[in-house]
Amino acid sequence: MGDSTSPSDGPAEPRRKSKKPKYSRFTQQELPACKPLLTPMIVVTTFALIGIIFIPIGLASLSASEQVVEIVYQYDVDCIPEQSQNDKVAFIQSSVTNKTCTRTLTVPRHMDGPVHIYYELDNFYQNHRRYVKSRSDKQLRSKASEKVTTNCAPEATTSDGSVIVPCGLIAWSLFNDTYSFAIDSKTIEVNKKNIAWQSDKEHKFGNDVYPKNFQMGGLIGGAKLNASIPLSEQEDLIVWMRTAALPKFRKLYGRIETDLDANEQITVTIQNNYNTYSFEGKKKLVLSTTSWIGGKNDFLGTAYLTVGSLCLFLAMAFIVLYLLKPRTLGDPSYLSWNRNPDGHY
Amino acid sequence: MAYEDDDPPLSLHLPRPISEPHLRLDPLSLSAPSAVRHGSRAESERLASSQPELADADARLVIVGDPGRTDPHLQLAGNAVRTAKYSPFTFLPRNLFEQFHRVAYVYFLVIAVLNQLPQLAVFGRGASVLPLAFVLLVTAVKDAYEDWRRHRSDRSENNRAASVVDSRDSQFRTKRWKDVRVGEVLKVFADETIPCDMVLLATSDPTGVAYVQTINLDGESNLKTRYAKQETTSRPIGDAHPFAAGLIRCERPNRNIYGFLANMEIDGKRVSLGPSNIILRGCELKNTAWAIGVAVYAGNETKVMLNSSGAPSKRSRLETHMNRETLLLSAVLITLCSVVSICNGIWLGKHRNDLELSQFFRKRDYSDSGENYNYYGIGMQVFFTFLMSVIVFQIMIPISLYISMELVRLGQAYFMIRDTNLYDESSNSKFQCRALNINEDLGQVKYVFSDKTGTLTENKMEFRCATIRGRDYSSGKVPLQDNGGTHSVLVGDRIWKPKMSVKTDPELVALLQSKVETEQGKQACEFFLALACCNTIVPLVVETADQKQKLIDYQGESPDEQALVYAAASYGFVLIERTSGHIVVDVRGDRQRYDVLGLHEFDSDRKRMSVIIGCPDKTVKLYVKGADISMFGVIQKTVNLDIIRATETSLNAYSSLGLRTLVIGMRKLSRNDFEEWQSAYENASTALIGRGRLLRAVASNVERDLHILGASGIEDKLQQGVPEAIESMRQADIKVWVLTGDKQETAISIGFSCKLLTSEMTQIVINSNSRESCKKSLQDAVAMSSKLAAISPDSENILRGTGSSRIALALVIDGNSLVYILETELEEELFKVATVCDVVLCCRVAPLQKAGIVALMKNRTDDMTLAIGDGANDVSMIQMADVGIGISGQEGRQAVMASDFAMGQFRFLVPLLLVHGHWNYQRMAYMILYNFYRNAVFVFILFWYVLYTAYSLTTAISEWSSVLYSVIYTALPTIVVGILDKDLSRRTLIKYPQLYRAGQRDERYNLKFFILTMMDSIWQSAAIFYIPYLAYRHSVVDVSSLGDLWTLAVVVLVNIHLAMDVFQWNWITHASIWGCIVATVICVIVIDSIWMLPGYWAIFHIMGTGLFWLCLLGIIIAGMLPHFTTKALTEYFMPNDIQIARELEKYQKNAATTSEIPMSTLSQLL
Repeated sequence: MGDSTSPSDGPAEPRRKSKKPKYSRFTQQELPACKPLLTPMIVVTTFALIGIIFIPIGLASLSASEQVVEIVYQYDVDCIPEQSQNDKVAFIQSSVTNKTCTRTLTVPRHMDGPVHIYYELDNFYQNHRRYVKSRSDKQLRSKASEKVTTNCAPEATTSDGSVIVPCGLIAWSLFNDTYSFAIDSKTIEVNKKNIAWQSDKEHKFGNDVYPKNFQMGGLIGGAKLNASIPLSEQEDLIVWMRTAALPKFRKLYGRIETDLDANEQITVTIQNNYNTYSFEGKKKLVLSTTSWIGGKNDFLGTAYLTVGSLCLFLAMAFIVLYLLKPRTLGDPSYLSWNRNPDGHY
Repeated sequence: MAYEDDDPPLSLHLPRPISEPHLRLDPLSLSAPSAVRHGSRAESERLASSQPELADADARLVIVGDPGRTDPHLQLAGNAVRTAKYSPFTFLPRNLFEQFHRVAYVYFLVIAVLNQLPQLAVFGRGASVLPLAFVLLVTAVKDAYEDWRRHRSDRSENNRAASVVDSRDSQFRTKRWKDVRVGEVLKVFADETIPCDMVLLATSDPTGVAYVQTINLDGESNLKTRYAKQETTSRPIGDAHPFAAGLIRCERPNRNIYGFLANMEIDGKRVSLGPSNIILRGCELKNTAWAIGVAVYAGNETKVMLNSSGAPSKRSRLETHMNRETLLLSAVLITLCSVVSICNGIWLGKHRNDLELSQFFRKRDYSDSGENYNYYGIGMQVFFTFLMSVIVFQIMIPISLYISMELVRLGQAYFMIRDTNLYDESSNSKFQCRALNINEDLGQVKYVFSDKTGTLTENKMEFRCATIRGRDYSSGKVPLQDNGGTHSVLVGDRIWKPKMSVKTDPELVALLQSKVETEQGKQACEFFLALACCNTIVPLVVETADQKQKLIDYQGESPDEQALVYAAASYGFVLIERTSGHIVVDVRGDRQRYDVLGLHEFDSDRKRMSVIIGCPDKTVKLYVKGADISMFGVIQKTVNLDIIRATETSLNAYSSLGLRTLVIGMRKLSRNDFEEWQSAYENASTALIGRGRLLRAVASNVERDLHILGASGIEDKLQQGVPEAIESMRQADIKVWVLTGDKQETAISIGFSCKLLTSEMTQIVINSNSRESCKKSLQDAVAMSSKLAAISPDSENILRGTGSSRIALALVIDGNSLVYILETELEEELFKVATVCDVVLCCRVAPLQKAGIVALMKNRTDDMTLAIGDGANDVSMIQMADVGIGISGQEGRQAVMASDFAMGQFRFLVPLLLVHGHWNYQRMAYMILYNFYRNAVFVFILFWYVLYTAYSLTTAISEWSSVLYSVIYTALPTIVVGILDKDLSRRTLIKYPQLYRAGQRDERYNLKFFILTMMDSIWQSAAIFYIPYLAYRHSVVDVSSLGDLWTLAVVVLVNIHLAMDVFQWNWITHASIWGCIVATVICVIVIDSIWMLPGYWAIFHIMGTGLFWLCLLGIIIAGMLPHFTTKALTEYFMPNDIQIARELEKYQKNAATTSEIPMSTLSQLL
């Protein structure tokens, strides 16, 4: 790019001073440097080391995953009465049908509190481009920006033009199934506090922003909001607005702070309101304890075990190979022109 | 003004000795061919450059001293120069226009524009335009800075002061340069720079001589003599305007700095003007108090400005290959986009009925009219998806690669310029990088085409021996002692000494001292007098530290002449003074004045020059010196045949020693002869038509019946280290071809002395004079070479292990034969022969033939060609070759101006090619592959994610991270590695030139590598994507957190991939690679600290979980596993030469102490 010498600044200078470049290790590209080589020693050690580290980690995560007790109950089909099975969408859209559904779940093993209650949706693309974009973070944060609904279409304003707060498809589609739990007709307290991120509550959702004109359109997407509670307190909304990464996702519903004993019968009362039937979505209720690895997930442990043992195997294989086909490192006789004295190819 | 070198064979007056086809295969071939072959007469006339004549139609008329009448309509260029490209107003449009000449930029612009359409808006406005804007801005700032510097230098140049005659009152007034106009009369004082091209009218020297230094123009530091015409010098310089009546008719502005054709009408007389009457802008006046001239070309029409074009733009081979891979990547990109859009169509079709009600799609806008919201039917939706996916996956074609490559080349150039090994002490010249886009080509050169004079040799001539009257004096060994007194001159109380002394032959010295009266002695005197007079050398007297001593420095345009004059001085014939009318020679203490009555300058047709001298004893003598072939044609053959024969023998002996020979002759002119010549000369020199031809005819007419005085042998010293350099290049499989204008004998002898030719080589010599004979020669040569090739396998078996196993072939071909070969169907045959030969020597080739030979190889092979030369005659070759190198040495700057790289010495080719070229190629090749890989990994991650978003092109990675990915997150390490990483040390590369072959074989960058790298990138992207995907499948993880994990994982992984391939770790590499990872973390944290973005605080949440760290570790290990394993396998079990050499470097100490006992592998393991 560009010529290095422009005609006007040519070699006009008299030759009194030497143009010899100054010597420095940097300009001569002779900075002290380490030149690593993959010697058999290093290769075998690396593989062995990975194996030695990975296998215990894999075992640890497997056992952590094992300790997690999880109760999963898929209720989307179950909670539709027999006569409505053919037209689930009509059932769920109707405002007159009784959507309460009571079931009993058995605790398989002892569950240490707090037990997390999740709802799990499947086939729900919370990461769909149309969907993720449809929100206004400015509006959520402060009352002053209430009118900023740029990206919220098609849920930006009501038909008469007044602003919807919170606007956008995400808020509009807020999940509205509810669960209550009882053991032996004794209601179990569900703690719905602090299910959202503290950072969201403090900085992302304003405490002076109150719902307005919400869920008034022709199509009800999901839950309604109590207009007298500021958004920063609407934790279900906050949780919901952290859009999930994958089409199958869980969201925290609440916590049961007490332990659940093995073989206890939990009576779950589900208000089955949310319409996942129009797109063949699944709904599950999940009760789960946690460990350092999160929820129940055997994948990581298995993966670590696989990689670890593969590396151990490779370490062995390399040792065998090195023994079978030894080569002196840095032997000039391996240079191509020494192997092939002609030097031509 | 070189006599033998560098000019095509032209008018030759000797009958051609042999004209049959000539092909010799001479395995021992130490003997040079006995006879010289010459070109055909017809051919030479075709080639001869006859001087064009000036027709009025294409002449410029300059009325001396009257710019108004010269140029009434101001059509001619003023003297203001403008090298700056832009003005403040035109900068933006012009610069952008120039930048968008790059197809890649247009691609990114189109994508940025697409992204602005609301239906396609994938990224926010800022994020989508940022990368392109960044690249454009950086380039624009760089261009603006360069242009500002040009503006500044233009301004200071234009505002310099010049002394100009005011046409109203004929007084000299100070004017600014930019206001000088054509036709104005200017006065320039000593050491001032000349403001425009002007014809000399008068100087402080009464004879009208002016000396100029042309270092700014052509780089030559020696003084050149320019003359004002006698007709104008004699005018009184006073108040009255002396030159008013003059009219100059000159050729239109052109870029030939060595030619000028004009005539001047003054007082009704017509005077011819030539290159020696014009002084050019940019030169400096030296040793002359003042000079007056009339401006004929001004401003941008001056020769220096016309010559200041930039270096030609070339494109490196790697970049051409890279474009092929870019096309492949575009195909991959289109495939990905098609897959996404087709899947999207299928998904929409399958869920056609769900779209209205599903919360995440909501096809219809219920709140308003109930029309569809942002939905245009499946067909349009698919089309939009396609365009959007192009936008999302755009960095598959790496935008940052283009700017990284330029930065890397800049850095590489910096190190090449700063390399002390490429600095030439003797000429105080650094390495110059004139072209910035072909650094990596230096690592792939296969053919080197070299000029001889000034390139292989120093072009510093040294007088070695002489033949006088058939007697050879060649035992000059020791320089004569300074106090000998024979070659220092007493002027007043000062001693003047020539600057250099020459080794003298004692016998010759004795002859000149004591036996002057013998016939041999007289001849010797004439011989040295001829050497002292018959030239265009100017003696300059230089002060020395010693008050009593002054040095005579002989300045001249021809190094041969300098050598001869120094030789004459050493033998006691010291040239002291030269004006245009006379010379003063100190003949062994006796100062004598000779009038120079006429001078026929050297031209390439006659190949000789002559001078007519009026001696103090009133005799008139003609001294001629010239190339032997041209001189033997004009020497009186009737007498002294044995002297001629003896001289010829000596000449052959000299040229077989590699000496340049000149034959000196003289003739006494009778009064009649002289008058006849004088009138003919005057007629010819004022002729309007065919002046050049007429002058040549006059010269040829008088240069006849010469009496031979003798001949001189001048050594053209080889440059330092040339044989070693050629040997290194041979080992590196670089074929060196020498293309020279010299005679065949000289070329061959130089070939031997620089080890290009060896005695084991079989020479194929082709000198032919017709197409048929050429054809036959070539066919014979092909047959011969295939026969030898058939023999060699056997000999290989016998000689295996002893080293050279093949009979090496050398092709020697001359310019005459090439006339019949180049650009005909015989080229193919020549190509076949030339490729089997190890060495090719082309002698007596014209500049265009040099280019033709380069083109022959360049067009027929994929191999990289490099041309190296120093003179104006090498320019075409330098421009034709893939890489052109100019030697910034003795001859002019034209070769340097045309070159891509310039350096001081031929031997620098070895560090340049074997070290820097190797490094540059290796670095650039790796950088391109790495950039492709790095962006592909990222694009594939995006692609995998798109598969889980209902093909709606959501990106989990935040848009700012995707924009910054290739600009900040991963840019610096690849640039640093591209500039600094060295696979092998300089010492190893010099020690094993064979390592250079890797570049010639495209070992570091080829399709196989590209495909392997792409497969690796698919694996790694899968590891990065699927490990978190599977680990977080049922979790509460949100888009931003997972996106941050992917961002960090990909950045860490690609940086570790780079780290694994780095050869040498110094602190800069460490800082850039680890620093970049840290910078990425910081960037991600900053992005996640902006509450406006959906990913607010996500990074802190996910980093707090153990799962995150386990995923990260798992990704790195699983991702790198294939790369690491294959690397370990290939490096140990299929090592290439570079790998072995690296091990050698590392274990050199061990190898030195422990002998070659094969180490037990087990002990090595433990």
